[in-house]
Amino acid sequence: MALIHVSSPHTNRSGKAGHVMRQVILATLPGLAALCYYFGWGPLINVLFASGLALLFEAAVLKLRNRPLGFYLGDLSAVLTAFLLALALPPYIPWWVTTIGIFVAIVIAKQLYGGLGQNPFNPAMIAYALLLIAFPVEMTRWSAPETLLEGPLPGFGDSLAIIFGQLALPDGVTLATPLETFKHKGGLTGEELWASSTLLNNLEPWQAISLAYLLGGVYLLVRKVYTWHIPVSMLGSLLLIAGLFYAADPSNYAPPLFHLTVGATMLGAFFIATDPVTAATSNKGKLIFGASIGILVYLIRNWGNYPDAIAFAVLLMNLTAPFLDYYTRPRTYGHKQAERGIARK
Amino acid sequence: MADSSRPIDWSKITYDGLWHNNPALVQLLGLCPLLAVTGSVVNALGLSLATIAVLVGSNLCVSLIRNLVPDTVRLPAFVMIIASLVTCVELLMQALTYELYEILGIFIPLIVTNCAILGRADAFARKNPPLPAVLDGLMMGLGFSAVLVLLGAMRELLGTGTLFADMQLLFGPVAESWKLTLIDDYRGFLFAVLPPGAFVGMGLIIAVKNLIDERLKQRAKPVSSEPAANKRVRVTG
Repeated sequence: MALIHVSSPHTNRSGKAGHVMRQVILATLPGLAALCYYFGWGPLINVLFASGLALLFEAAVLKLRNRPLGFYLGDLSAVLTAFLLALALPPYIPWWVTTIGIFVAIVIAKQLYGGLGQNPFNPAMIAYALLLIAFPVEMTRWSAPETLLEGPLPGFGDSLAIIFGQLALPDGVTLATPLETFKHKGGLTGEELWASSTLLNNLEPWQAISLAYLLGGVYLLVRKVYTWHIPVSMLGSLLLIAGLFYAADPSNYAPPLFHLTVGATMLGAFFIATDPVTAATSNKGKLIFGASIGILVYLIRNWGNYPDAIAFAVLLMNLTAPFLDYYTRPRTYGHKQAERGIARK
Repeated sequence: MADSSRPIDWSKITYDGLWHNNPALVQLLGLCPLLAVTGSVVNALGLSLATIAVLVGSNLCVSLIRNLVPDTVRLPAFVMIIASLVTCVELLMQALTYELYEILGIFIPLIVTNCAILGRADAFARKNPPLPAVLDGLMMGLGFSAVLVLLGAMRELLGTGTLFADMQLLFGPVAESWKLTLIDDYRGFLFAVLPPGAFVGMGLIIAVKNLIDERLKQRAKPVSSEPAANKRVRVTG
């Protein structure tokens, strides 16, 4: 005895952009916490500073474009972009680098293309790539995590002072990242490097941070913010290609698990490649999109000029996303075959 | 050929070349050198002068032989003329400004393939007498150069914080003191000096041009819409 008849679709939550953005921001918090645990207050200050700037720039452009402020600021997309960029930046990066990055991300990479939903490239990654090209010194100055530091981490006040240029980053605090260490191993073989490098034998901070991002990603998968296709195919292809090369020549290439747990692999797989605006949308397209990012990451990490490759790989594949969608159009129910590619008449 | 019968509008040629039909901003021709060598004012100016010289010379020559060359083989003939002029300019630069010639490198010979030059030869010079053709070449060249130098100045200022650095490469030792350091202790913004900075700068210049055109159009509108408003009053009344 059915009393109430409700026809489909049975939605039980709002479909607003702000809802999704809030979920994703929430899911980055474990990663942010892990970063702060190992690197001190820097990442938190960066994230807050970047979010404030992002809202400011977004509001300024919206004002110029005569758009309603409350509606567009309320979808939190600017804050999410700020979060993703700030999480990718080194922990004690000077404030002006962050400012330029947020300006490029919000004003150039997002609003100049027409705002949320119109941008062909991931705004945070455009900003990251630009900063990496423009300020290589500041962008590669990673500080050491607490476990590898002789002294204590800078306190909150000192962190603020370092970021805002009142205090120099103390000597001995900067350290190459694991990927840089491996890239610049010189004449050493892989085995010699693993035996001699204290950094590579103390990867725990990076592994913990990656695990935290993975946790956030799994939360988003469970909440069905996105499907499994992109993260799984990206991590799978990276694991596969790294495994093949490692099996063939272990003294020249890093082990596959190393590739998964250092650098921005997890952040990229669960938070950056999955951006619904700039990724492919059909399921088959998503699989190709993710797998290609994984392969590109491996290629650029090993044979490119830069130690990490998430930004470049994601941007290159953003470029192909429309074509992927064009050629992987799914069959609609009740129709025989989808018309893919150039329509055959 | 349909020249001589039409009266020549000298000011229209000038306006077209400098603004309305600017080769860099509207026709978007010759983007390769435009984006590649505008890292500094001196590079931009060097390539500008070379381009103006070739453009004026090629327009003049093409206009002079316009009645002698059959239409079917006109393009090879134009390219031959442009190529020989570029060779002259290249040798001249080698003799007079060797260091700048070294810096500009491949982009001097590549002026041959600058579509703006072949475009003006085919679109204008072969249909017009020598004098208007020369003026068209000069104005198109100046319009192109203005954008080149502006972009060079923008990128030099943003990239290195200076203006008119190394002008002695072009103007001799007199120009050594022309360098203006506008921002002291500038860290440098490498992005502006690299090719992506050229694309962004170019986009901004085109946007500003479109904005000015839009403003001009709006300013012109009220004058023309007034009679229309009057008419409507009459119709309804």
